[in-house]
Amino acid sequence: MTVAADIAIDVHGLTKSFDGRVVVRDLSMQVKRGSIYGFLGPNGSGKTTTIRMLCGLLTPDKGDGTCLGYDIRTEADKIKLRVGYMTQRFSLYQDLSVRENLEFVARLYGIPDPVGAARAMIQRLGLQGREEQLAGSLSGGWKQRLALGACTLPNPQLLLLDEPTAGVDPKARREFWNEIHALAAEGLTVLVSTHYMDEAERCHEIAYIAYGELLVHGTVEDVIEHSALVTYTVSGEDLNGLLHELAGKPGIDMAAPFGTSLHVSGRDAAALDAAIAPFRSRKGLVWAKSEPSLEDVFIDLMSRARDNFQ
Amino acid sequence: MSAREPNISSGFWRRTTAMLIKEFIQLRRDRVSFAMIVMIPLMQLVLFGYAINTTPRDLPTAVLLQESSDLGRSILKALENTRYFKITHQVTDEAEFDRLIQSGNVLFGVEIPRGFERALRRGEKPALLVAADATDPVAAGSALGALNQVVRTALQNDRAVPDAGAPSFEIRQHARYNPAAETALNIVPGLVGTILTMTMLIFTALSVTREIERGTMESLLSMPITPIEIMLGKIVPYIIVGFVQAALIVGTGILLFGVPVLGSLWLLAALSTLFIATNLSVGYTFSTVAQNQLQAVQMSMMFFLPNILLSGFMFPFAGMPTWAQWIGEALPLTHYIRIVRAIMLKGSTLAELHYDAIALFFLMLVAMTIAVTRFRRTLD
Ligand SMILES: Nc1ncnc2c1ncn2[C@@H]1O[C@H](COP(=O)(O)OP(=O)(O)OP(=O)(O)O)[C@@H](O)[C@H]1O
Ligand SMILES: [Mg+2]
Repeated sequence: MTVAADIAIDVHGLTKSFDGRVVVRDLSMQVKRGSIYGFLGPNGSGKTTTIRMLCGLLTPDKGDGTCLGYDIRTEADKIKLRVGYMTQRFSLYQDLSVRENLEFVARLYGIPDPVGAARAMIQRLGLQGREEQLAGSLSGGWKQRLALGACTLPNPQLLLLDEPTAGVDPKARREFWNEIHALAAEGLTVLVSTHYMDEAERCHEIAYIAYGELLVHGTVEDVIEHSALVTYTVSGEDLNGLLHELAGKPGIDMAAPFGTSLHVSGRDAAALDAAIAPFRSRKGLVWAKSEPSLEDVFIDLMSRARDNFQ
Repeated sequence: MSAREPNISSGFWRRTTAMLIKEFIQLRRDRVSFAMIVMIPLMQLVLFGYAINTTPRDLPTAVLLQESSDLGRSILKALENTRYFKITHQVTDEAEFDRLIQSGNVLFGVEIPRGFERALRRGEKPALLVAADATDPVAAGSALGALNQVVRTALQNDRAVPDAGAPSFEIRQHARYNPAAETALNIVPGLVGTILTMTMLIFTALSVTREIERGTMESLLSMPITPIEIMLGKIVPYIIVGFVQAALIVGTGILLFGVPVLGSLWLLAALSTLFIATNLSVGYTFSTVAQNQLQAVQMSMMFFLPNILLSGFMFPFAGMPTWAQWIGEALPLTHYIRIVRAIMLKGSTLAELHYDAIALFFLMLVAMTIAVTRFRRTLD
């Protein structure tokens, strides 16, 4: 298989089951070099499993492909040298200090001056003064930064980040993303899984996976457009009461409060219009047709996927 | 992109060293384990050591008197004079005598048979039966050992014995429940092997499972390091730990209990390395199989128990049935205990120990091979 030089990840038909239960089904994806690729999906949808297959930690039952041009089945050793994988759960040594953790990674990858490389990374991460602190005693935000530092230390060409910002405050999250964008600007490819919509919108491309199947992928605009979802934003009085009246009506696939307004969506524009017609003239309500949010699209995708699989 | 063109096959030592440094730092930081390395040998040695060092005194004894004679009474007096025995029961009924020993009320039973005095005066060499409850071999063994000489000397002073020079009667010893009583010096060399087995097993059995439980294995596996490098990095620090422990036990044994080292310490050190590496590999195998740290400890105990029971540490190897001896031959501790006892107490050389040395080497190879092949490179 020849891989275009500008493709970092190119896999086809990946399938993985655990104890007879299919966790990832026939998954194909292409990630361009130098791009930030968002990987979204509900809990248990198979994001972590997919990422593990990409870096050789799990062997796919079916399917094949390449990562940085190396076969994911047979050239895991070469992939491991060039990929930085940040696990979902903090997986540096809690009983080693910040410096010792970084030096350990540097030595494993054969960086010529591990002590110097670790020191430089500590500078870059802004962890000066905490070098000797045990990694286990860092706060959540600092742990994530350290983990990112550890996996960028050996100069990888591809970063696989599994929910890197879970449980991190907004400011730290923003800094983390600024760092990811800076790395991508240097030519790094980043595949990042997340549950946050604002993070999805910071990606060049996204993919949505549910029940082990990749449902959509593309830019955020593509995905929203592709959904063919029609959404109305309603503001006014007693939205809670309205929500109860609308929920479950044929034609209305989704109704959910968004701050002080309500999003009402349906896949079939005519059916949706018919369903909301009786409420449109209700006093005190303002109806406006709007773009569905990414979250609307995902929740709709998920409920559709559930209909298909259960 | 990257100027560095790395190669997985080079840098074996570099990666192993990285792993090794990491393990050392972690070990140093784990205060409790660190204390255990020193405390376990010292505690065991002192406990065992003083148990064997105590000369038994006033062991409860029953006497079955089947005749009432002056001679019988002076034998009993002589027994009590040794201070080993304290006659707590005097019975005339054999069933009662047996019951006392069986129930553990007494540790010894002395039987003076009917017609003993008359037979003695005729020079017929009658038997004086001494039954010992040898479930506690240390206590029973030393008392029995002393019995012969002490009683004889005591009797020589007694006018009742016609010819003091020649042995005029026979003391027939009967150790019940544990036919061969161990001698004391055997225990310290045995302890070297036992303590090493226990600590080496547990430490490595936990090493991989701990990484899996803490989630660090996932990162480790995603980095360019091979199973052999991981294993060596984890085993080598504990070889050093094992040496420290062995030195501690042997040193304390010499200082506190005057255990001799007749053979070469270098030979002992060299063969100890084999033994330590074998146990580390076994522990490492467990840690690749176990799902969590508790299981790893349980597996270690499963391995540890037969080592203790069938190696000749607790019970004499030659006294075991053949099938148990076969199992014993497959256990590293069996060979190591023979080696340590032979080097320390008999001053044996490698030429005399080559069978056990080769067996140990073979067991080490087997254990290491299993450990490396069992190691999973993926999370499947
Ligand atoms: N080693 C394993 N053995 C058995 N089942 C597994 C294993 N790893 C994952 N699973 C199952 O596979 C499914 C997908 O798990 P995965 O961790 O890939 O989901 P995820 O998308 O990363 O979820 P989350 O957002 O919660 O992290 C889950 O139902 C999980 O229970
Ligand atoms: Mg996950």
